[in-house]
Amino acid sequence: MKSMAIGLKQVRLRRLNLEPYILLLPSMVYLALFFAWPMFQAFRLAFQTDDGHLTLSYLQRMFGDAAFIKALRTTIVLVVSIVPIQFILALTMAILVSERLRGADLFVYIYSIPLAVSDLAAGIIWFSIFTERGYLNSLLYNLGLIQKPFLFLDYRTPWPIVGIVLAEVWRATSIVFVILVAGLQSIPRDYIEAAEIFGANWFQRVWKVILPLLRPSIQTALILRTILAVQVFAVVVAVAGRGVTVLAAEAYRWYSEYRSPHMAAAYAMFILVISLASAFIYLRTLRVREEMRL
Amino acid sequence: MRRLAPPPRLVGRGTMYLMALLIALWILIPIYLITMAAFSPKDVIYSWPKSLMPQSFSLETLLFFLNAYGVLASVRNSVIVALLTLALSLVVGAPAGYALARFIFRGKDVYRLMILSTRAFPIVILSIPLAVAFIRWNLYDTVISVALVHTAMALPTTILVTSSVFIGVSKELEEAAMVLGCNRLQAFTKVALPLALPGLAASAIFTFVLSWNEVFAATILTLYNRTLPAHLFVQLAASPLPFRFAGGFFILVPAIVFMFFVRRYLFNLWGITLK
Repeated sequence: MKSMAIGLKQVRLRRLNLEPYILLLPSMVYLALFFAWPMFQAFRLAFQTDDGHLTLSYLQRMFGDAAFIKALRTTIVLVVSIVPIQFILALTMAILVSERLRGADLFVYIYSIPLAVSDLAAGIIWFSIFTERGYLNSLLYNLGLIQKPFLFLDYRTPWPIVGIVLAEVWRATSIVFVILVAGLQSIPRDYIEAAEIFGANWFQRVWKVILPLLRPSIQTALILRTILAVQVFAVVVAVAGRGVTVLAAEAYRWYSEYRSPHMAAAYAMFILVISLASAFIYLRTLRVREEMRL
Repeated sequence: MRRLAPPPRLVGRGTMYLMALLIALWILIPIYLITMAAFSPKDVIYSWPKSLMPQSFSLETLLFFLNAYGVLASVRNSVIVALLTLALSLVVGAPAGYALARFIFRGKDVYRLMILSTRAFPIVILSIPLAVAFIRWNLYDTVISVALVHTAMALPTTILVTSSVFIGVSKELEEAAMVLGCNRLQAFTKVALPLALPGLAASAIFTFVLSWNEVFAATILTLYNRTLPAHLFVQLAASPLPFRFAGGFFILVPAIVFMFFVRRYLFNLWGITLK
C-alpha cells in the first residue's frame, strides 16, 4: 500500500508541468496591470484626496448633485425598459430561427448584424429617424397624420427616452439572441421529444422544458446586458443630446469638462456597485443547479 | 439548423414566416435609412418632408464629411489603434487560450472564472484612473494609450475564443507530428497554427470591430489624437446633419463588412458552434 502511494505521488510530481503557467503568465500580468490596478486606482481616486487623506467628500458631493438624481433615474428607467424587451424579442428570434424555416440561415445572419454596430452609430441612426425633419416625421406627414414636424427629441417629453430605448433594443438584442441560440443548440433533442410523447403541447414544451434548460444561457445574457445597459453612454448623447443625462455621461462630464478625476471616479465606482449588485441578484434568483448544466 | 419544437397549430408556418420577416425588416430598415441619407446631397438631407425612397445619388455628403477638419486623421488613428489592439491581444491572449485548450492543470477553473468575471466590471471604471496614470507616464493623448485600454477590454474575449479555436484543432495531429520527429514548438507552428489560422483571424476581426466601435475610453484618453468615434462624438453637438449622418454611416460600414466574414464564428464566442 505504502509503496503504491509513493508511486502515485511521483507520477503527480512528474506531471507538474510548468508549460501552461508560462503560457498564462502574459495575460495575467496584462490584466493585473491594465485591469486590476486601474480598479484599485479608481477606488483611491474616489475615496482619497490628492494629499492622501481618506474622504467621503466626493461621494457626498455626488449624492448631493442635482444631476446625479436625474442621471440615476434615467439610467434605471433605461435598464428596466431595455433589458426585458430585449430578452423577450431575442427569445422570439431564437425560437423562430430554430423552427427550420426556409432561409433560417439568412435570418440568423440578419439578426446578428447589429452585433457589429457601434453604440454611437446606432444613436446617430435613431437620431436621423426621430429628429425634427427626420424619417419618422416624414412618414407621419406622408400618411397625413401630422401637418408639421412633431418635436420628438424635446427633453421635456418622454419621447427622447423612447428613442434611446428603441436604439438600444435595435442594436443590442443581437448579443442576447446569439447567447440564447447557442444555448438552444445544446439542449438534447430527446428531452423535447420525450415531453412531446408525454403529451406536452408547444407552449408547455417551451415553458416547462426549454426555458428551464436554457437557464444558464438566460443568466449569462441578462447579466451581460444589464451591466452594459447600466453604463449606457454614446447612444444617449447621440439621440437626445444634452437634455437627457445618465451615470456614464456624468462620469465623462466630470472628467472632461469639470476636470475632476475624483468626481468622475466616484461616478464610476457607483456604476461598478450597481453592476455587481445586479449580477449578484441574477445569480441568486436564477440559480443554476449543478445537474442543469449541460 | 435543428428544429426544437414543432409549433402549435394556431401559430402556423405562415405566421412564423411573417414574424421572422418583420423582425428582419426592423433590423434592416434603419440601416437602409442611414445609407440613403449618407448618399443623398445636402439639400435632400435638409428637405422637408423627406422621401423614404432614394431620390438622388450623390457623394457630396460623404466627401464633405471626409474632407472636414480632423476626420481623415481620426480614421487613420482608429485603424492604427484597432491594429495595435488586435496584435497585442493575440500576442498576449492566444497563448493563454492554447493553454486552456491543451492542458489540464491546477488552477485552471479559477483562471477561467477570473477571465469570465472581468466581464462583470464596467469598462467606464478603467478609463478614468488610466487617463490619470497615462498623463504621468507621458502616454496621454497617444494611440498607444487607447490601444492598451482596448486590449484590456478585448483580452478576456480573445482568450475564450482562441481557446475554443484550439479545442477545435485535434490534439492527436500535434502528437502525430511529434512522433514523426517534430519538437513541441515545431508541432505547434507547423500543424496546430495553420489549422487554427481561420479561427484566429476571426478572433482578430472581433477585436478590430470592438476597438473600431469604442467611444468612452477613446474620448477620455485623447485630446488631439482622436479616433474616429471619439472625434465624431466630441463634434456631434456642434456639427450639421450631413456630417452626423455620413459619420454614422462611415463607422457602421466596415464593422458590418467584417462581421459578414466572421459570422460562422459568432456562436463560438459562447462555447457552441452553430453547425
